[in-house]
Amino acid sequence: MQKLTCIECPKGCVLSVMIEAGKVVEVTGNLCPKGCTCAVSEIENPVRILTSVVATEGLSLKMVPVRTDRPIPKGAIFHVMQEIKKIKIKKPVHLRDIIVENCLGLGANLVATRESL
Amino acid sequence: MHQYDVIIIGAGVAGTSIARELSRYKLNIALLEKEEELAFGVSKSNSGIIHPGTQNPRNSLKGKLCVQGNLLTRKISRELGVDFKEVGALIIAFKEEDLPRLAQIKAEALVCGVPRLQIVRPSWLKAHEPNLSGEAIAALYAPSAGIISPYRLVYALAENALKNGVEIYTQHKVTQILAVGKAGLNAGPFFEINAAGQKFRTRYVINAAGLDADLVSRLAGVDSFRIQPRKGEEFILDKKKEHLTNHLLFPLPSKNSKGILVIKTADGNPMIGPTAQDCDDKEDLATSDAGLKEVLSSAQRMIPSISEADIIAYFTGLRPVAGDDFIIRHEEKAPGFINVAGIQSPGLTAAAAIALFVCDILRKSGLSLKKKNIFHSHDKKTIHLFSIPLLRSAKLIKKDPAFGDIVCRCEMVSAREIQNAIAGGAKTLDGIKFRTRAQAGRCHGSFCTTRIMKILSASIGKPLTQITKKGSGSEMVQEERGNA
Amino acid sequence: MLKKDLVIVGGGPAGMAAAISANKFGVKDILLLERDQYLGGILNQCVHTGFGLDYFKEVLTGPEYAQRFISEIRRNPEIEISLRSFVVDLTQDKVITFLKPGLLQRVKAKALIMATGCREKTREMVHIAGTRPAGVFSAGLAQKLINIEGLLPGKKVVIVGSGDIGLIMARRFVLEGSEVKAVIEIQKTSRGLLRNMVQCIDDFRIPMFYRHKIAKIYGNKRVEKVSVVKVDDDLQTIPGSEFQIECDTVLVSVGLIPENELIEMAGVQIDKKTNCPVSEELNKTSIPGIFVCGNSFKVYDIVDVVSRDSEIAGELAAVYLNKR
Repeated sequence: MQKLTCIECPKGCVLSVMIEAGKVVEVTGNLCPKGCTCAVSEIENPVRILTSVVATEGLSLKMVPVRTDRPIPKGAIFHVMQEIKKIKIKKPVHLRDIIVENCLGLGANLVATRESL
Repeated sequence: MHQYDVIIIGAGVAGTSIARELSRYKLNIALLEKEEELAFGVSKSNSGIIHPGTQNPRNSLKGKLCVQGNLLTRKISRELGVDFKEVGALIIAFKEEDLPRLAQIKAEALVCGVPRLQIVRPSWLKAHEPNLSGEAIAALYAPSAGIISPYRLVYALAENALKNGVEIYTQHKVTQILAVGKAGLNAGPFFEINAAGQKFRTRYVINAAGLDADLVSRLAGVDSFRIQPRKGEEFILDKKKEHLTNHLLFPLPSKNSKGILVIKTADGNPMIGPTAQDCDDKEDLATSDAGLKEVLSSAQRMIPSISEADIIAYFTGLRPVAGDDFIIRHEEKAPGFINVAGIQSPGLTAAAAIALFVCDILRKSGLSLKKKNIFHSHDKKTIHLFSIPLLRSAKLIKKDPAFGDIVCRCEMVSAREIQNAIAGGAKTLDGIKFRTRAQAGRCHGSFCTTRIMKILSASIGKPLTQITKKGSGSEMVQEERGNA
Repeated sequence: MLKKDLVIVGGGPAGMAAAISANKFGVKDILLLERDQYLGGILNQCVHTGFGLDYFKEVLTGPEYAQRFISEIRRNPEIEISLRSFVVDLTQDKVITFLKPGLLQRVKAKALIMATGCREKTREMVHIAGTRPAGVFSAGLAQKLINIEGLLPGKKVVIVGSGDIGLIMARRFVLEGSEVKAVIEIQKTSRGLLRNMVQCIDDFRIPMFYRHKIAKIYGNKRVEKVSVVKVDDDLQTIPGSEFQIECDTVLVSVGLIPENELIEMAGVQIDKKTNCPVSEELNKTSIPGIFVCGNSFKVYDIVDVVSRDSEIAGELAAVYLNKR
């Protein structure tokens, strides 16, 4: 039995999760179905959306904010951050433009969240 | 080798006043300052009060030079375009048994030549100082007290001195002073000074080094006094409370200080303090919870409506105390070496008079003071948007668009004013703050710091990672992405 | 003097939602004043997700949320935008004076919506004793330095305050490679959303100290260390509990203050304790025709709620102008 906080929305339901052999068998305390998926994910394969900024050269914004368009494994966060720090965008960027495709083979693209021309 | 007639050590209000005064004469003058910018020592923590001349020891230099300085400062501030406002001061008594003391202070002040003094009663106080506690029973009213911005005065004096030929070296800490005897045909003492790895030769040295005046004096072989740092914590209130008081408010003085005051500042924000606590460390600039409590309760005794929520900033200063009086004298032990030490309250007020006094000492020591044919006595007033009417601002902005580009919103400071400050010598964020008031308002730089850093970086050609708050070692940020 | 039906001060999420709403309810002559060079307000530096879950039913970052409103405003010729425009004066008859590079402009508005957001409580307001070295930042300034300028304020950080901004910045610093040595919170529990505690603190195992406060900041040129003490339930220091943490950065995240100095200048009644306008009804002030929305009306936790509140303000302005 483990307690954890659901992170799907600001409500932050406190979930009680029954675990057997590393797998989730029961979830209680959630006010909506997202709580179940969250619990399974947090226990079996925790993922996070990574947000940060990348440097540019010659564009209207000095830094362009970016995000992974899908959650990535928690353990890969710092590896992706290392990649992000190396980037320098020199061509105009539009909202949702892919900056890095399938970042580190994790199945998520790094996309721009603000336009900079 | 740099060769001068006079070298002044310390670019605070005393040093720059002396430099400016001496720049009237045909002399080669240098001003050496150890910090990155001027007024970064004692002068920046000054309360900004031009004292009327009360509460000085009998027959003291403090007494004489304070009264003289009160008048001279008005003239200089007009010449240099620095705002001076006569607001008057009240020394307030709360108890019957304090009345004789008040009368004594008045009597002593009259001997010193303090003008227009009068004892006022509760009815006067109620009419002229409505927020004053009803428990005040009488006050000594000294109308000739005024307020000025201490660092803006220093910068104005320095810029005028520069214009009139004085050379100013910052980041030049004096590490050695050698008397090298008479040289050639020019009779008179000679010194060789080492500062920042450079050698300077001069006939006369003026030691105006504030907290380090005793150390500098010892470098010249004169070990006759010690500087005792006396800490003072001050707390600045929101500008919204500008009209809380009409005069400078003093309690009856204590043994070693004028007491905790309610101060009107030239910037508009009221200020309460300072405490007075002897300390050992010349670098201890920390404020404390105890200091806050002490200042708040003393200030509330005079103005009950002051609350802790009004406080938007605070700082600590160290007074360079050397006994009861100023030490301003030519040192027989080191001919040509003049000490200007122990310049604590009323140092700011007396500075202009100290400068004349020092000129006198120089004359008596054999330096010939010949007036220049051309001396630029006047400087234009620095433009501060926050202190001019909006209609005038409109004209300025039309002529110079950068005046309409607001960088600091709490104090209404434009990009042009920031650029002017940098052109005038500001190299650090604090330097810009003291000259323009940007970052000194209620949000304390949360909004404007980024922009100011960028303007400074572009103007002086340094990367953002080298922009400092107050000189080397106080860099604001550590890394820049994309510019490793 | 320029005349406008409706002037809105502030082009962040509140001001933009109010403008769009007022226009929808019939106001055709709107001027939106924004002091920065972009619309979007504080959202531009909030590069993390957590926005729009309620309003758009999507998981968005701050800039993405802002762009939804920016796009709509830019398409609308009835909303005039003036950027780099800074309001310096406001009178009770709704005469606004603003400055921008090259121009000082006075505008007489029939109705006025203030959407000026908040500023942060500073270290000075909570009186953290000690010296004043480089390295003490409000959380918002640190966020701007990192996210807008790509500058890292420091490598060893102590954060004061566990509200959402403090928690978000804890994660931000860690992601950039700094060490967050502690979050110091004077209350018994965190003031931020639980999901932020999980994603910002638990994820990175950052030490949390509840019922603690910073007693003193040390360092003359740059922060060198802080001393921390435990406090009791009356928030008084417990003697003997002091310990020190070496650090080069102190982040102060101790609360927000609505920016209402302009309406105060105009004579609107302000609650002295909160700096919010005294108000009988949502978004209204003591002067008819002057409305306040978003964080300058009251400090909200979530921008989705700000958008809805500001839409109401827009409608109220339309009603006041007899357009609705």
